Amino acid sequence: MKQYTGTHEWVELRDGAAYVGISAHAAHELGEIVYVDLPEPGAAVTAGEPCCELESVKAVAEVNSPVSGVVDAVNEELADSPEKAGEEGVWIYSVSSPVLMDGLMSEAEYKASLE
Amino acid sequence: MAKRTALYDAHVALGGRMVEFAGYELPVQYSGIMEEHRAVRTAAGVFDVSHMGEFLFEGSGAESALGALLTNDIRGMSDGRVRYSLLPNERGGAVDDVLVYRVNAEKFLMVVNGANVEKDAAHVVRTLRGCEFSDVSDRVSQLAVQGPASEAVMKALAPDAPLPQKYYTFLTDVELAGIKTLVSRTGYTGEDGFEIYCANEDVPALYAALLEKGAPLGLIPCGLGARDTLRSEAGMPLYGHELGEDIPVNEVGLDFAVKTEGREFVGRDAIAAHVPEYERVGAVVVGRGIVRENCVIYADGAEVGRSTTGTHSPTLGCGIAMLRIKRGTEGDLTADVRGRMLPLKRAELPFVKRK
Repeated sequence: MKQYTGTHEWVELRDGAAYVGISAHAAHELGEIVYVDLPEPGAAVTAGEPCCELESVKAVAEVNSPVSGVVDAVNEELADSPEKAGEEGVWIYSVSSPVLMDGLMSEAEYKASLE
Repeated sequence: MAKRTALYDAHVALGGRMVEFAGYELPVQYSGIMEEHRAVRTAAGVFDVSHMGEFLFEGSGAESALGALLTNDIRGMSDGRVRYSLLPNERGGAVDDVLVYRVNAEKFLMVVNGANVEKDAAHVVRTLRGCEFSDVSDRVSQLAVQGPASEAVMKALAPDAPLPQKYYTFLTDVELAGIKTLVSRTGYTGEDGFEIYCANEDVPALYAALLEKGAPLGLIPCGLGARDTLRSEAGMPLYGHELGEDIPVNEVGLDFAVKTEGREFVGRDAIAAHVPEYERVGAVVVGRGIVRENCVIYADGAEVGRSTTGTHSPTLGCGIAMLRIKRGTEGDLTADVRGRMLPLKRAELPFVKRK
C-alpha cells in the first residue's frame, strides 16, 4: 500500500524493501520527463532530503526521499525511457532496511491534500 | 496582476496550462511540449503571441528617423519587406531585438518583445527625432502559424487570399475568415510559417477558424514551452538570455544585423570601438543530462563563460545549449550542472535545419 509525502513522492514496502516513485499529480505538473538522474546503488538517502532529480523539458524537480536507508536498486529502465518515471506506480529506486519518514499520508489523505 | 490576451478564454477552454510570461497570462502548453514541438516540425502549430508589442513610425522622415535607432540598415528596403535588427542602447548593448516592417517610405511597423514594450517605448520616445511614433500594442493581437504545413493551413482558411511568398516579406489587408489582417512570412521556430496581426476583437474568430481548418492538416494549438524548444533548436537568440542591455551587440553572433559602416545610429560609436571579448556558440550535451541557462562553462577546467539557453531538444533527443564564452576558446567544454560536470561538444547553429 502506497504512502505519500507532501512533496508528492510515494513509498511502498515490498518484502522488506521500500520502493519510491512520484505521484501522478507531480508527473502531470512536471510535464513529460526527459531525463532521470538516478541515485547510485549503495548511496545513503535521508528521509525528507533530495536524493535524485527528474527533468522535464521545462523544469527540474528534486525527488525528496520518503525514507532513510541505503539505495538497494534503481529502475534502470528509466535511463533509456525516462518518461516512464511519470507513469502511475513506476518506481525510481528502492531502499533496503528503510526507515520511513514521519507524517506520511495514505492515498486518501494525499488526494484530499491536493483539493 | 498579469494582463490577459483576447484569447485567454479560448486557451482555458482548450486545456492550456496558464502561466505568467511578459506580464501576460499565456499557455505554457496544451497537450504537452514534446507533442506540440513535433507538430510544428512535421505539420503545423498555432501560437498566441499577442504579448508581442507593435510600434508605428510614420511621417516623411520615418526611414531616417527609425534608422537612427537601429543597428541594421533599413535604407532601400522595398515596401512589404521585413528586416531583423537590434535596438541598441548608447553603450552598445541591446534594449531589444525587433522586426521592422516597411509598409511604405512613410510608414514602418516595428515588432518588439512583449516583456520590453514599456521599456522600448520609453527608449524610443527619448531617442527618436523626426517622425511620429505610436505604440499600438494594446490594440493588436498576433498569431503565429508555424510548420511545414503552414501554407496549406492558410490556403484552407482563405483559398483566395494572397499570401507573402518569400521569407521575410508581408502583405497588408489580407482577408482571412472575413477578418482584415497583416500577414508576414516570418517566425521563431526555424520552420516555414506566417505571423498574422489583427485587431483584438477579431482574434477569437480567427483563432477558432485556424484551429478548425488546420486540424485536418495536423495543426494543433501550441504554447510557450514548445516555442522555446523550437527557437532553441533553431539557434535563435532570446532577449534576456543571449541579448541584454550589458551584452555588446557584436558578441552575439548577429553581425548580419549590425552595420556600423557609413551610418550614424544610437550606440554606433560604442559598438565600433568595442573589440568583442565573448561569442555565442552552440553545444550539445555528450551523453545524458540537460544544461539549463546560467551554468558555468569550463574549457579544460578553466572558466570561460556561461550557458545562456539550455534545454532538451525534442528533435535530437539530447541536451542543447547556447553558450556565451570567451572568443577563441579551445579545449574540451564542460558545464557545471548543480555540481555535476557534464561534457559538451560544440555544434553549429542552428542545431536543427529546416528540411
